[in-house]
Amino acid sequence: MSGTAHIYRAGRPDAEGPVVVFVHGAGHDHSVWNLPARYLARHGYRVLAPDLPGHGQSAGPPLPSVEAMARWLLALLAEQGIAQATLAGHSMGSLIALEAAAQAGAAVEGLALIGTGVPMPVAPALIDAARDNRAKAHAMINQWSFSPGALIGRGAVPGQLAPVGNLRLMARQAEGVLHADLLACDAYQGGLEAAARVTCPVLIVCGQRDQMTPPRNLGSLGDALSRDASRLMIHTLDACGHAIMAEQPDALTDTLVHWRSSF
Amino acid sequence: MTDTSRFGPATLGLHAGQSPDAEFGSRATPIHFTTSYVFPDCDTAAARFDLARTGHVYSRISNPTNAVLEERIAALEGGVGAIAVASGQAALHLAITTLMGAGGHVVASRALYGGSHNLLTYTLPRFGITTSFVDPADPAAWRAALRPETRLLFGETLGNPGLDVLDIPTVATIAHDAGLPLLVDSTLSSPALLRPIEHGADLVMHSATKFLGGHGVAVGGLLIDGGTFDWQASGRFPTLTEPYEGFHDMVFADESPVAAFLLRARREGLRDFGACLSPMNAFQILQGIETLSLRMARHVANARTVAEHLAAHEGVVSVAYPGLPGHRDHALAARLMPQGCGSVMSFELDGGRQAGRAFIEALRLFSHLANVGDAKSLVIHPASTTHFRMSAEELARAGIGEGTVRLSVGLEDPADLLADLDRGLAAAARAAGRTA
Ligand SMILES: Cc1ncc(COP(=O)(O)O)c(C=O)c1O
Repeated sequence: MSGTAHIYRAGRPDAEGPVVVFVHGAGHDHSVWNLPARYLARHGYRVLAPDLPGHGQSAGPPLPSVEAMARWLLALLAEQGIAQATLAGHSMGSLIALEAAAQAGAAVEGLALIGTGVPMPVAPALIDAARDNRAKAHAMINQWSFSPGALIGRGAVPGQLAPVGNLRLMARQAEGVLHADLLACDAYQGGLEAAARVTCPVLIVCGQRDQMTPPRNLGSLGDALSRDASRLMIHTLDACGHAIMAEQPDALTDTLVHWRSSF
Repeated sequence: MTDTSRFGPATLGLHAGQSPDAEFGSRATPIHFTTSYVFPDCDTAAARFDLARTGHVYSRISNPTNAVLEERIAALEGGVGAIAVASGQAALHLAITTLMGAGGHVVASRALYGGSHNLLTYTLPRFGITTSFVDPADPAAWRAALRPETRLLFGETLGNPGLDVLDIPTVATIAHDAGLPLLVDSTLSSPALLRPIEHGADLVMHSATKFLGGHGVAVGGLLIDGGTFDWQASGRFPTLTEPYEGFHDMVFADESPVAAFLLRARREGLRDFGACLSPMNAFQILQGIETLSLRMARHVANARTVAEHLAAHEGVVSVAYPGLPGHRDHALAARLMPQGCGSVMSFELDGGRQAGRAFIEALRLFSHLANVGDAKSLVIHPASTTHFRMSAEELARAGIGEGTVRLSVGLEDPADLLADLDRGLAAAARAAGRTA
């Protein structure tokens, strides 16, 4: 597997300390994580942000289900000799992290679900566009992913336009990858059961203006997770859309660091 | 549909890249006249230096006013981002030095602004970077000039001053087939008339001194990255795909596959060469961009009127303006720039250098100076000014004759412009010994 998986280590390949694994979402790659990943890698954590199969620089066809992606992720960690890790996932990556946490039990020390929703039904029009007209699918995703201010106003990184960056990143993935990812999100039915099996501390970060996975849909996930309410923290970022790492990377970093250092 | 966003160019020109500031709600873009930025704490300071947090450190690298300009031009061009620099020349230099070092090679259109020609012909070879110049309209010439060490193809949307139109889709295909990016100087068309990235260009540069500012008060340059070029797949750009010792072994293309070029250009090029833009200039150029769409429509309308008037005049041998049916690139211009092809043109006076001098000195509204793209109409004689370093042979190849006059048609009332030109043409006729 190691021959085919690309892992971004935030410029600190030799870092030691508790492991934090970042899992990107549909049609993306590791680079969505670079700011929080770099910060944690410089603050006592060993950071890994893999490209899922078929994404970024990882070879192979995309995996067909969230369960398969979770198994792949756990196998990757085992291969890296990692016995315990905190998993942080965005969007589809949050489902992968959730499923992996349920499968792995105590090996997952903490679970951060960013821009999440369980279940995660995907609009049929978007799934069809991902198959038939990628540019249209990318435009739809951007429209639903960025808050109104982020679509036209000031960006988080001076001189860069996150919405165009998102279009270009999605366009770089091979034909069929986004479609497979969206189908996997849509088909994943085991999320609430998985949530009920999670025993580690959980953080949910949501964007107040998220139209892709709106915060108002978080009720059943919260219920499933909060059998032990002291272990669940929910943080809402004002004025933020679904593209949380792109819109408010520093606030996300603060939230992650604050949460992760509490256990 | 442009894939930039759902907004049109007039809206983007007014809004993109700016949000009213959090403290006072200022609607206009504030001029952040500061060299540096107070860090809230040591941890944040270290994180900003190490690209682990966003935010400004020092205005040579980034500045909040400049960032609005950068994001606004990127939105207009459909790029992932941009870098504001001190001049158009600095933009070209930054693009080239980010992509190559000694041993690198550029293939460029030979119909270039004289300053770009100087940089490529005389100055960069001193640093080991050489250029081959080709007829921009000859695809075979572009292909034949490629070498194993070529790293960039470069041309102007409208070749200054012959007004050759660059066939961006064709040259982009030639570049991409060779695993190379295409840089386009879009100064004379501006994003109101042509967005090169939509036609296949990978990088775009502007002398913002011209139409973007429009007022002729500020020199500046912009370099935009389309985010489309795959540096890793190309394998020819170690500056972007291999660890950079000068920034903690950062591999820019791993950090951001889509913005690797911008990261390196800012973290190395701006940091070390230092050709940053003053925030005052950034503000002034932003003021210009707010009305770019409106102004370009008027520039084009006035230019058409002037070109047709000159073409019909007996004292004019020829007019080079791609908006006229007789221009070699008329059909290409209509395809790439359906809203019009700017307002710079050149024409050949009957009577050579003498007639040219008399023409220019008789004008009252057209200002005789070395610039284009001002709201005011401008005129110059390229052979004795902007292109004076070129040999007679090079001049001829660039389409510049002894009697060539270049106009940049401004926003004045068209009747006043025609009256002024007629005054000049009458003087030219007298100088040439004809009766007007
Ligand atoms: C087409 C073109 N490119 C580049 C430049 C150089 O720009 P600047 O004078 O801002 O350095 C100019 C200036 O005349 C130009 O006309």
